[in-house]
Amino acid sequence: MNEGTASSLRLTPKQQRREADDKTVFGFWLYLMTDCVLFGSLFATFVVLRNNTFGGPGGETLFSLNFVLAETLILLTSSFTCGLGILAARRGQKNLVLWLFGITFLLGLAFIGLELHEFNHLYNDGDSWRRSGFLSAFFTLVGTHGLHISTGLLWMGTMMVRVKKAGLSRLNVRQLTMLSLFWHFLDIVWIFIFTVVYLFGVVL
Amino acid sequence: MISAIAGLFGRLNGTALPHEPVTQGGAVLMVLSLLAVAAILTYFKRWKWLWKEWLTSVDPKKIGVMYIVIALLMLARGAADAVMMRIQQATSVGAHHGIISSDTFQQVFSAHGTIMIFFVGMGLMFGLINLVVPLQIGARDVAFPTLNAISFWLFASGMVLVNLSLVVGEFSAAGWLAYPPLSELKFSPGVGVDYWIWSLEVAGIGSLLSAINFITTIIKMRAPGMNLMKMPMFVWSVLGSLSLVAFAFPILTVTLTLLFLDRALGMHFFTAIGGGNPMMYVNLIWAWGHPEVYILVLPAFGVFSEIVPAYSRKALFGYTSMVWAIWAIVLLSFLVWLHHFFTMGAGANVNAFFGIMTMLIAVPTGVKIFNWLFTMYRGRVHFASPMIWFLGFVFLFTMGGVAGVLMAVPAIDFQVHNSLFLVAHFHTMIVTGVVFGFFAGITYWFPKFVGFKLHEGLGKLAAKLWIVGFVLAFGPLYILGLMGATRRLDHYDPSTGWQPLFIIAGIGVAIIVAGAAVQILQLVVSIIQRNENLDNTGDIWNARSLEWSTASPPPHYNFAHVPVVQSRDAWWVQKRGKKPQSQPYHSIKAPNNTASGVLAGAFSFVIGFGAIWHIWWLFGAGFLATILTVIIRSSSEDNEHTISAKEIAAIEGQRSYA
Repeated sequence: MNEGTASSLRLTPKQQRREADDKTVFGFWLYLMTDCVLFGSLFATFVVLRNNTFGGPGGETLFSLNFVLAETLILLTSSFTCGLGILAARRGQKNLVLWLFGITFLLGLAFIGLELHEFNHLYNDGDSWRRSGFLSAFFTLVGTHGLHISTGLLWMGTMMVRVKKAGLSRLNVRQLTMLSLFWHFLDIVWIFIFTVVYLFGVVL
Repeated sequence: MISAIAGLFGRLNGTALPHEPVTQGGAVLMVLSLLAVAAILTYFKRWKWLWKEWLTSVDPKKIGVMYIVIALLMLARGAADAVMMRIQQATSVGAHHGIISSDTFQQVFSAHGTIMIFFVGMGLMFGLINLVVPLQIGARDVAFPTLNAISFWLFASGMVLVNLSLVVGEFSAAGWLAYPPLSELKFSPGVGVDYWIWSLEVAGIGSLLSAINFITTIIKMRAPGMNLMKMPMFVWSVLGSLSLVAFAFPILTVTLTLLFLDRALGMHFFTAIGGGNPMMYVNLIWAWGHPEVYILVLPAFGVFSEIVPAYSRKALFGYTSMVWAIWAIVLLSFLVWLHHFFTMGAGANVNAFFGIMTMLIAVPTGVKIFNWLFTMYRGRVHFASPMIWFLGFVFLFTMGGVAGVLMAVPAIDFQVHNSLFLVAHFHTMIVTGVVFGFFAGITYWFPKFVGFKLHEGLGKLAAKLWIVGFVLAFGPLYILGLMGATRRLDHYDPSTGWQPLFIIAGIGVAIIVAGAAVQILQLVVSIIQRNENLDNTGDIWNARSLEWSTASPPPHYNFAHVPVVQSRDAWWVQKRGKKPQSQPYHSIKAPNNTASGVLAGAFSFVIGFGAIWHIWWLFGAGFLATILTVIIRSSSEDNEHTISAKEIAAIEGQRSYA
């Protein structure tokens, strides 16, 4: 090894930061994959228990497809605005970022509100998670997704405060990138919930 | 008023303290030893040192040592459980009822399995990974140093919960995997199963985060020139093992959570009524549990793949086939979980599929065994103590593996299911595979991280005692299993004729304990005689991979110059080539110490304790504290300090080269 290769092995500060970003985003992808396995396990339990209504109501009597379609469209739109927000962050348009993530935040909040409304409705009708294996699996799967969305909202709220204060620093853009990965991931999970839980629940 | 205050403590009240003499003794012993440690630290004024040098450290070399210290302490606890079980089974015959009640016996075997797998096996594994992986890939650190500290402290927090159950409350009496419906609230109303759930939940999340961290480290931080097929075999096996962690541990997290939801919120996932399905639990837990076996054993295979070439002075035979064997095992280990419950009644075709998959896994394992033997063939083999462990392993593990292939035949499995034959089989795999492997690894890498080597004579004696003791302790169990003795038996009739074999097994365990005592003696003697066994060269075994190219113990930046890799066995080739010209040193950035890990451990403990005793405000407070800490910490850049070129030159100047 000569002098030349030795110095080329040293990274400039800019290269060091890029490498750190690279590592962090890679690690976050890995985390998302493990979360995917987590949801996969919950889907598996749901599919096993979906007919175990123990004499209680099944999906066809409990779910309203129009209501769930509204939830789905709200979440899909929030993913779209989130994507636009990241594009704006890459271009350094701070105000636009705040606006777009603000809209995403409100849409996410609306989604959670609707979900809580549905849960509350079921609970008050006596169809709680204690009623049957099917309802236990339903509340746990959909609730875990809702918990993820809530975590995302908390994260988004703190990110907006930080962007407002510190601007689009490298750290903030990196975290916004991971937040948007998280948000899109939850969108995909929701598509599966929409299909497996609600559509199949009503149709099959 | 009083009931309101009592309500603040959920299910926790005065009756939670231990009742039985054996558990009381254990609890008192544990509390006294903690007090003794605290007194020693206070007397020598070492609290600040402990906090600054160890507890808040983000150096993987120190975190690795802490993992191993905890794992060895837990090994002592798990071994104490084993001794109790052996004494019970050797004496509890006919009119005699042994030393402990059946309820305590159930807690003892549940705790033994849980502790040995999660806090000994996983602890030794993550300890060695932390110590060795960054050095072997020529990196100065892991990808996420703070996350690494957090992972360790989650592991430690789970360990504290498991041991706390000895003093406050009780431990699970439902076996190490807590099958429902027995583990449901109706049949296990106490806090034991909740202790089991939360200690594993917390430690399991730690393992998952650690896996993400080290996979990223291996993929992204290898030294220049080290492409995947030039990685040391230990790194390959760790990559395989941690990929399994990433895929299997989320299943464990889900399964434990669902069981807790059943118990705490009255859900019906695994209950016998209400539309629950207990067999779903058994499927889920083994979908994690079978890969877990390979999670533990793959890194141990990796250790042997380092040791055998090093002591045979020969490159590893069949490197490429070794890599493919690892990945074949990784894939197959997800396709065999049903062999743990052939008796469930899934039908002949399902059982046949899983039986054949199980037999197939013997093929890549056999490839590895033969590769090690061919590595020794025509090598200049040095029978140092790690090689004694290896020889014990290769002989016993192969025997245990043959017993495993036998049980892969569903028809035979129906005969030996839940018998001591099975217990003997999996102990052969775990003890001679995992434990022998990690003992060999600790002996091999000890001089690298401590600066002097362990006493060879005592090391060899310990290995031989363990091997002989193992054969005596578990040989009889194979026979007993075929005679019809079931596992988890706390009493039997003299007419069975089992007692002599149980007594032989007890003698075997006594010999193993003697082996462990010799290991403690070995450590003490080695510390006293350290000046005779110093490793001044950094390469005391004349070994092959990069960790031996730096000083022993390595400076905390690992390498003054990032090594450039041209081939496999990078250090072996490098030390035979031209001496590199001396180069100027450059400053290095290193992460600052952080209390984040300790905080994560403390908060997860509070969350777990609150959930176990149904103290919901405490549970909520733990979560709130976690969220606030994450928000505060994540808004700052990773704190780093710079080690100047001058400091590095000073540290490197002290190093003497052979």
